[in-house]
Amino acid sequence: MLFKRILNVGFALIMISAVLLGCSPAAEEPGEIEEIQEVVIGVYEPMTGAQAAGGVQTMQGVDLAYAQKDEVLGVPVRMVLVDNRGDKAESATAMTRLIEQENAIAVVGSYGSSNSMAGGEVSEAAGVPVMGCSPTNPLVTEGKEYYFRACFIDPFQGRVMAKYATEQGIEKVAIIQNISQDYSVGLAAFFKQSWIDLTGSEEGIVSETSYQDGDQDFTAQLSDIGDAQAIFAPGYYGDAALLMKQAREMGFTGLFMGTDAWEAPELVDIAGDAAEGAVFSSHYSAEAATTPASAPFVEAFQAEYGEAPSAMAALGYDAYMLVIDAIERAGSFDRDDIRDAMAATENFEGVTGYITINETGDAVKDAVVLEVRDGAFKYLSTVSP
Amino acid sequence: MTFDSFFQNLANGISLGSLYALIAIGYTMVYGILRLINFAHGDLVMLGSYFAFYGVSMFFLPWWAAFIFAVGVTAGVGVVMEKVAYRPLREFPRINLFTAAVAVSFLLENLAIVIFGGRPKAFSRPPFMDKMLNIGSITFVSYTPIIIAVSLVLFVGLILIINHTKAGTAMRALSKDIETTGLMGVNTNKTIMFAFLLGSCLAAVGGILWAIKFPQINPLMGVMPGLKAFVAAVLGGIGNVGGAMIGGLLLGIVEIMLVAFFPSLSGYRDAFSFAILILLLLFRPTGIMGEVQPEKV
Repeated sequence: MLFKRILNVGFALIMISAVLLGCSPAAEEPGEIEEIQEVVIGVYEPMTGAQAAGGVQTMQGVDLAYAQKDEVLGVPVRMVLVDNRGDKAESATAMTRLIEQENAIAVVGSYGSSNSMAGGEVSEAAGVPVMGCSPTNPLVTEGKEYYFRACFIDPFQGRVMAKYATEQGIEKVAIIQNISQDYSVGLAAFFKQSWIDLTGSEEGIVSETSYQDGDQDFTAQLSDIGDAQAIFAPGYYGDAALLMKQAREMGFTGLFMGTDAWEAPELVDIAGDAAEGAVFSSHYSAEAATTPASAPFVEAFQAEYGEAPSAMAALGYDAYMLVIDAIERAGSFDRDDIRDAMAATENFEGVTGYITINETGDAVKDAVVLEVRDGAFKYLSTVSP
Repeated sequence: MTFDSFFQNLANGISLGSLYALIAIGYTMVYGILRLINFAHGDLVMLGSYFAFYGVSMFFLPWWAAFIFAVGVTAGVGVVMEKVAYRPLREFPRINLFTAAVAVSFLLENLAIVIFGGRPKAFSRPPFMDKMLNIGSITFVSYTPIIIAVSLVLFVGLILIINHTKAGTAMRALSKDIETTGLMGVNTNKTIMFAFLLGSCLAAVGGILWAIKFPQINPLMGVMPGLKAFVAAVLGGIGNVGGAMIGGLLLGIVEIMLVAFFPSLSGYRDAFSFAILILLLLFRPTGIMGEVQPEKV
């Protein structure tokens, strides 16, 4: 018995020391730069699961950026990708792993606002700077010292689509939101607010319904839309595609409106003809290049992947380059120095536009409106904030 | 709610319910015999739709051949699953079998992610399943009546097999008492394998029809239908095949109608289905068709 007890105490000690070791801060002193063999930049993205297309597209851009710039301040960069499966709990775990096991000095990601919000809690506590590529919900950076993003935020995106709808002469609109995703709930609210601001009343919103992650049957929500001329469905591409298909099957002939999470080839693959004519807001279109960096990026991307870059890929590219830029301006691998440099980013020449990080940690940028035509996403117009 | 939209919702509810029912039967048959809740059953649904998808897109089979191929391969997986993971554990405490079922479920899901890829795939419908039909002012697509008809045919066929064949009689006997039935000269292993075979076939058909109704397939697509079908099986009285059908239809119709009558609560649909389950179990612990069975010691 005594032996067993000693063994137990021994194990407990080993475990405690392991935890303590794992938590020890790994910030390098600026003077030690010459001795550093490599620095780790972490990436967390949904590579599997319902949001996988977003993560895979983003990684195309991040991989290209890494291939072009795999060292910073003369030290090789090792990029570590962790799959967060588009899940909140997995996102927090992924961020913990990047910080504690991989010792990442900065992190890029993630597609999906809920994922980023879960990861952000971890990075904030550990003091690790993160550059978000495409999470657009305001709460991702709100109250966070260490979370930034390369994209615009949803109050703007909601206004873009509300404005588009009223300009098209639409008077009655139905909103269908995914209640499990902060991204979707936020956008539905911002769209509604902008709609009220623009039309003076909420009478035009004839139906507001919700669904959850994993739902595939939207017939009940769709039977509530009455005589709406348009459906605003700010969910992810997979849900949206099924929703459009079912709406057309139920005889709906109006307009589908969505947001940047619609930009995935799956939208058209799954919805087929039902998606024709659908419009959504996004960050970028290869057809409407904005900075001198845009054209070489599109060329390099074409050469690498044989297709035009999507908005997610372009933002992934920019987010990685913003991290490198911040490290170079900071001149150190200290996480706090990098954070300060990120916060001070001004007129960075990104491929999606000139990026200036404002006081809330967000980029203020133009949005583009895209339309599905002949199974491809075609550029319609650019809207400035 | 108008008269028309009521029927529109009813049609949607019945077609969703038929799918739940098809999947629920697999749960209930296995439970009836082994007292095992086969949590991997939902993943057989997923495999069925993937095999059909690859049958068409990779082997260029015509849709009917791809569907038969998918049902066959899925049934094979079901049988192997029983033989490898469940049969060796049958003599041990029930919790071991249960844990094995959870393990098989995770194994199949993660294998599917590795082999098929994590990105959702678009499932293309055979053309005749994609036609718009109008009856009065009710609009639906031709797959709706097809799903209901296929389910009906399979239900009738299954009832005939269970009640009028030797294997069916053996299955019913096993559900009363495995050991005694074995002593009477019934080949227990073969009969249990047959039950898994039937259940897996129905799961595959359910998966294919599911993919036709919701033409997007991903490696985790079986989880929610699996859980719902499990609820349906318990609602109807687990172990009772007729109960599984009634439970499935009921669950499908109630889910659709709830959202239709209370659109503002539409985000809480799953909460409602599971709340119904809890309520029903409080008042009728054995389900709608279930009988009170003395606990076997």
